[in-house]
Amino acid sequence: MSAPPRVNPLTDAEPTPVAATARGARRGALYVAEHQFRAMFHYKWTVVMTGVGTPLFYLLGIGLGLATLLDADVGQGPGGAVPYVVFVAPALMVSAAVSVATEEFTYTVMSGFKWRRVFWGINATPVEPPQIVSGLVIAVAARMLFGSLLYLALMLAFGAVGTGWTIWLLPVVGVLGGLAFGLPLLAYASSLKDDSGQFAAVQRFVFTPLFLFSGTFYPLEALPSALHWIGWISPLWHASQLGRVLSFGMPTPGWLVAVHLLALLALATLGWVLARRIFTRRLR
Amino acid sequence: MSEPVVSAQSLTKKYGDFTAVDAIDFEVAPGESFGLLGPNGAGKSTTMRMVGAVSARSGGELRVLGLDPDAHGPQIRAQLGVVPQEDNLDAELRVRDNLIVYGRYFGLSRAVCAKRADELLDFAQLTEKARAKVDDLSGGMKRRLTIARALINTPRVLMLDEPTTGLDPQARHVLWDRLFRLKEQGTTLILTTHYMDEAEQLCDRLVVVDHGRIMAEGSPASLIREYSSREVVELRFGSERNAQVAEQLAGVGDRIEVLPDRILIYTPSGEEVLEQVTHEGLHPTTSLIRRSSLEDVFLRLTGRSLIE
Repeated sequence: MSAPPRVNPLTDAEPTPVAATARGARRGALYVAEHQFRAMFHYKWTVVMTGVGTPLFYLLGIGLGLATLLDADVGQGPGGAVPYVVFVAPALMVSAAVSVATEEFTYTVMSGFKWRRVFWGINATPVEPPQIVSGLVIAVAARMLFGSLLYLALMLAFGAVGTGWTIWLLPVVGVLGGLAFGLPLLAYASSLKDDSGQFAAVQRFVFTPLFLFSGTFYPLEALPSALHWIGWISPLWHASQLGRVLSFGMPTPGWLVAVHLLALLALATLGWVLARRIFTRRLR
Repeated sequence: MSEPVVSAQSLTKKYGDFTAVDAIDFEVAPGESFGLLGPNGAGKSTTMRMVGAVSARSGGELRVLGLDPDAHGPQIRAQLGVVPQEDNLDAELRVRDNLIVYGRYFGLSRAVCAKRADELLDFAQLTEKARAKVDDLSGGMKRRLTIARALINTPRVLMLDEPTTGLDPQARHVLWDRLFRLKEQGTTLILTTHYMDEAEQLCDRLVVVDHGRIMAEGSPASLIREYSSREVVELRFGSERNAQVAEQLAGVGDRIEVLPDRILIYTPSGEEVLEQVTHEGLHPTTSLIRRSSLEDVFLRLTGRSLIE
């Protein structure tokens, strides 16, 4: 066909070449992530202050305060009891990543669909709805990784971590835990037309109970057995246990390590698949 | 003649039992400025979404830039510029960054995005606001920024959904001036509006849409010629008396429309009608002779006014 003239108020701008278009379509998720990073830069101080502040206060408070009151040996490593702060630290790292999810996979999503409607703008470009999901996930996972690395740095500084090489995998567990909790939340948030308190409810009635009952501050076995199921369905527990194995070699049978890992991957995958579907249904 | 930019045959969109767009046919030629005129809920935005390759059709045929949107959505969207009804700028980014981020979605390098952003800010008369926060812009500025953003990929077609709704008269005129410039450069524009003056200003050709169907098609002048008279006399007798007086006026002019607040008499000569009215012994509280507009065309076609 003879091409219609391009809309071009730019006197010397070349039309966007088709190759660039194809690249745009392929890399859509990365462009969405780039956009999110720029937006996060807008609230960079929140990101940095919560990233540094949370581990600092928790590790200081627990290491210097709470731990001194405890007589019982709460955590067991391969060579006997470990200091309480070492036991708690991996779980705190996971909770920090999960708390990033409760923020970025809720209000950011509602803003994209409804308040600022940014997703609709992206929707009019070559980018497809599943790529918007992927881009969000990349950006939020990066923020979780940043937070987890800061946590690890402070754990090292406070002696709240073991000495094996596996400690370097802890940030990965942080991100995995964050996504296992966060992606189902992303799917839920994207299905909401309006926030009439649901996000605050998730914070209060899902995150907080899980934080308190998922073996964060004490082993799950310390709870009455009637409450153990909370741990088994909780991504926080699975990720925390995995973190303890990596941090100080908490004795755990191989099959249980596999269960922890699979539970986290299953939750994350389920959330991701649902979120892609819901985004597509809403935007198309 | 070159291939149409958009061609739709029996284009249909259904949501459950509700038919939002009911088997419409239209074509848009390259370089043309094409409008969809109709009241809210007529199916204009739904049509725009289908043409914009973000909403699958329920039936009929649709080609945009020669491609089927069902199969080539990304390729089509890469060549469109879309100005949505509601601004969806990113308030967390500054004005210029909104353009750059958006250009990236089209696979443009950061350098190209930055260069085009500066040129487009100039075009949108926003250069001085480049570093401003989006929330600090006026409504008219936000619209201009949204238009600038839609041009970042040098699109083949610019689609505007209700471009000046909610703007004050001065901001509307600034916007029309910018759009008119694009039109002069041979830009293909597709726009929806429920403002007849906007349609008259910007559209070479338009379709009047109501209840998902096309009621008429043509240039603003030809539609007025075909569906209305040259002049219109507007008479007001007070809301209680209008209907009663209208009966007395039967046979005056070509046609009479009785609205709640006034009577419209369509005629080639307004002066003659006014004389007749006076001759009947009727004394309206106000009377006005004006030229026919698209509003009258719409009233004639649908029995309703555009803005209700």
